[in-house]
Amino acid sequence: MAFQSTSSYVASRDLEVAVNAAVKLQRPLLVKGEPGTGKTVLAEEIARSLGYPLIEWHVKSTTKAQQGLYEYDAVSRLRDGQLGDARVHDVSNYIVRGKLWEAFAADEPVVVLIDEIDKADIEFPNDLLLELDRMQFHVYETRETIVAKRRPVVIITSNNEKELPDAFLRRCFFHYIRFPDRETMEKIVQTHYPDIKTSLAREALNVFFDIRELPGLKKKPATSELLDWLKLLMIEDLPVEALRSTDAKLVIPPLHGALLKNEQDVQLFERLAFLSRRG
Amino acid sequence: MFSGFIQGLRRAGVPVSITEHLCLMGAMQAAAAHYSVEDFYFLARASLIKDERWFDRFDRVFSQYFKGLETVGDDLVRELPEDWLRKLAEKTLSPEEMAAVEALGGFDKLMETLRQRLEEQKERHQGGSKWIGTAGTSPFGAYGYNPEGVRIGQDGSRHRRAVKVWDRREFRDLDDRVELNTRSLKLALRRLRRFAREGAADQLDLGGTIDATAANAGVLDLKFTPERRNTVKVLLFLDIGGSMDDHVRASEELFSAARSEFKHLEHFYFHNCVYEGVWKDNARRRTAVTPTLEVIRTFGPDYRLIFVGDAAMSPYEISHPGGSVEHMNEEAGAVWLDRLTRHFRRSAWLNPMPQPSWSYTASTRMIAERMEGRMFPLTLEGLDRMVKALSR
Repeated sequence: MAFQSTSSYVASRDLEVAVNAAVKLQRPLLVKGEPGTGKTVLAEEIARSLGYPLIEWHVKSTTKAQQGLYEYDAVSRLRDGQLGDARVHDVSNYIVRGKLWEAFAADEPVVVLIDEIDKADIEFPNDLLLELDRMQFHVYETRETIVAKRRPVVIITSNNEKELPDAFLRRCFFHYIRFPDRETMEKIVQTHYPDIKTSLAREALNVFFDIRELPGLKKKPATSELLDWLKLLMIEDLPVEALRSTDAKLVIPPLHGALLKNEQDVQLFERLAFLSRRG
Repeated sequence: MFSGFIQGLRRAGVPVSITEHLCLMGAMQAAAAHYSVEDFYFLARASLIKDERWFDRFDRVFSQYFKGLETVGDDLVRELPEDWLRKLAEKTLSPEEMAAVEALGGFDKLMETLRQRLEEQKERHQGGSKWIGTAGTSPFGAYGYNPEGVRIGQDGSRHRRAVKVWDRREFRDLDDRVELNTRSLKLALRRLRRFAREGAADQLDLGGTIDATAANAGVLDLKFTPERRNTVKVLLFLDIGGSMDDHVRASEELFSAARSEFKHLEHFYFHNCVYEGVWKDNARRRTAVTPTLEVIRTFGPDYRLIFVGDAAMSPYEISHPGGSVEHMNEEAGAVWLDRLTRHFRRSAWLNPMPQPSWSYTASTRMIAERMEGRMFPLTLEGLDRMVKALSR
């Protein structure tokens, strides 16, 4: 079963090749790209197209690699100890399974998403080297080794906030999701909103790509912003003319809040719009 | 198989190891790609390259290798023809015409015009294999640049021909350059300080103590974490003299403030571009020269290398042996720059010139490209971004 574009997700050929190679060689796939280009959604789509369940592990700045494996709930044990609960004598009662353990213990192959790995501490990827390589780890408290029954498909996303260590990268396949070109974007819009008016989609894409062209934007709107914005436009049922208008008051596209997420960007945009109107 | 390709990648400075090579072999064996050239390209990229900043170099090596062309060493990573073009423009255009070029949208636009012209020309020549610049009125052809190196719009990339994906070089400008205003240096230094004092000093590890005590079934077990020291080591290379005279004050202020903040801070001076020697004392620059190789040997890769300079010089000072204005350099500045940035993996270039003006100086663009886009303006936000880039 190979991964390819579905009715809900447009995958470029290079992405398909990368995903299929990673699945076949059972190596993790590291996905990078501008925010909002569908890195996280990709894992869901892979899970759906392979027919595997998806286990998501969202990484935060405080996440430790250990938490993905297991945690020893010492506080409960302390409480049980005070209360004289019989459970206290078996330490394995207080081992809480993490996401990777869940994935390793599953009887059928699963897709594991390690989302935004760059958010965590710099040592985080290093701490997972062996676990991801051999798909096994050791539980010190109970002295048992957990080995994956079926090697899971591991998808790792990164927003490039930290550089990942070489040793980690060497074990991964890598794919960089490029910002889609106009043609691909039209396809993406089609798959998400099959019944959108063609004229509206066309005008909206014009505005969208114009905004992306603006120099000096702090956060360029990406695919997810475009889709949100289109949805709003459709809900509001705005006439196409509203987008096309060159009327002074309407230079700012309607509902631009969905596209520009930063007040400096909005200001910049307004200023430029103002200038171009005078010019 | 493909070992020449792997070697070519390594020569071009792309970090590829045997692990990646084996991984590619494994993928080929598993027939993950159906052996179409394009699929092979994608597969090779996914398994060999682990960072998008290498994509462009990968594309170029790929195109060279699978065309059976000899790799021309350093030319691979150089944009020579573009520089020549700019050089030519500088020479032949009057200030008014330069302004007109800028109005047109700068050199990128000029390149675009050139590309169109090349395409037209090619059609007239009925697919001649070499685009020789003999187009009478065209200012471009007269200079005799090498179209093989330009690689723009080869064979009509508009048609998205599969084999030519790597020739489109789409990953050229992965880093966006955001325009900034110059602001007070004092504020900027505060940013640098944050870089220096990363990691707060904490003594009693309260969380650890609670955990350990609980794990110990209630018997108090105190945990301490060691005070985190400032481990950021900085190597500062300051451009001095020449075009930097205007900015010497700014760099000196930065330097003196930085000196009190970092435990490990070393500085060296250079002029315009780094070559085989740098010096610590500008008055004795002729006598007390430290060989750059010695600097590389002395300071480990954990040092962050920061260049401060306006990167304004003749392009030949970077690209050609013997290009230095002061002495006879046997190796080109670019070779030394590469050597340094390869050793000090976390490096950045601070440029006191306002960022919008960079693109009009050929050498600035060349250096920014060599620094993989890690050239930042000497402004608050520039420093912010530099600190971010250096602490990754």
